[in-house]
Amino acid sequence: MKKFLKKIPAQWKFLIFVLALYLSILLADAGLAMAIALQFLKTLKEVLPIIAVVFFVMFLLNLFIRPKTIKKHLGHDSGAKGWIYTILASIIIAGPPYILMPMVADFRRRGMKTSLAAAFLSNRSVQPVFLPVMAYYFGWTYTLTVSVCIVSFSILSGLIVGRVIEK
Amino acid sequence: MTIQESAKNTWNTLKIALPMICGILLLLSILNPVFETYYPRIFTGNFFIDPIIGALAGSVAFGIPITSYIAGGELLKDGVSLLAVTAFILAWTTVGVAMLPIEMKFLGRRFALLRNAINFVNAIVIAIIVILVLKVL
Repeated sequence: MKKFLKKIPAQWKFLIFVLALYLSILLADAGLAMAIALQFLKTLKEVLPIIAVVFFVMFLLNLFIRPKTIKKHLGHDSGAKGWIYTILASIIIAGPPYILMPMVADFRRRGMKTSLAAAFLSNRSVQPVFLPVMAYYFGWTYTLTVSVCIVSFSILSGLIVGRVIEK
Repeated sequence: MTIQESAKNTWNTLKIALPMICGILLLLSILNPVFETYYPRIFTGNFFIDPIIGALAGSVAFGIPITSYIAGGELLKDGVSLLAVTAFILAWTTVGVAMLPIEMKFLGRRFALLRNAINFVNAIVIAIIVILVLKVL
């Protein structure tokens, strides 16, 4: 049994665990389970086109961008340019992190600096499309202060993660 | 890289990502209604403890950033301090406890744990800085 469990890939183990959790809810409260299933399907429907786009972009990047190019612009010797590209990309590319993570991992495998990968994932809430909503609730002074802080601290976070992981 | 190699590479990543994404979406569909019900009740009104509670609540919650602004706005209306709400919003978007399995799988356990831990602390520090800056302005 232990050997069999070991053979199951981690991603499937995780899905089985969540399905078991859902099954226990279904047995306890069918109405709640139905609401959860509907919410899940609604979110999945919203997310599927984004998944398709992200993986298509990954396909194109694999096809056209050589590891040498990634190393040059986002690698260890990319300097300030690498940080600027990363911050701009994290602001422009909107999408849930669980979809962007495979893409970031792919970039990292092909030469992206660890610190830049961490900064990219830590800099998600400064998205021009969403900022007016934040300003509506909290005001523009608040929104701009938060945005500047997030970008600054994403660099700090990236530097620390990079230093510790690549030590 | 040829078209076949590129397609194979992308397919291999997708094969790992899809079960993870489905698992995370289902887990979040299970957890979010519970958290949303209890958000206003978990804050104490204490100036020092509430930002930590805010960051903890934001870390386990999930959604696009816009959802955190709306939830934060509602918390503010319920009398929760701006400091706690800011920590909540920041942790919501930069820390992802529910997404740890996928982050660990793709970027490594140390990377995921360290990045999330740093961002958790950052959420509280940034919240304090923002409140101080707003007081000055």
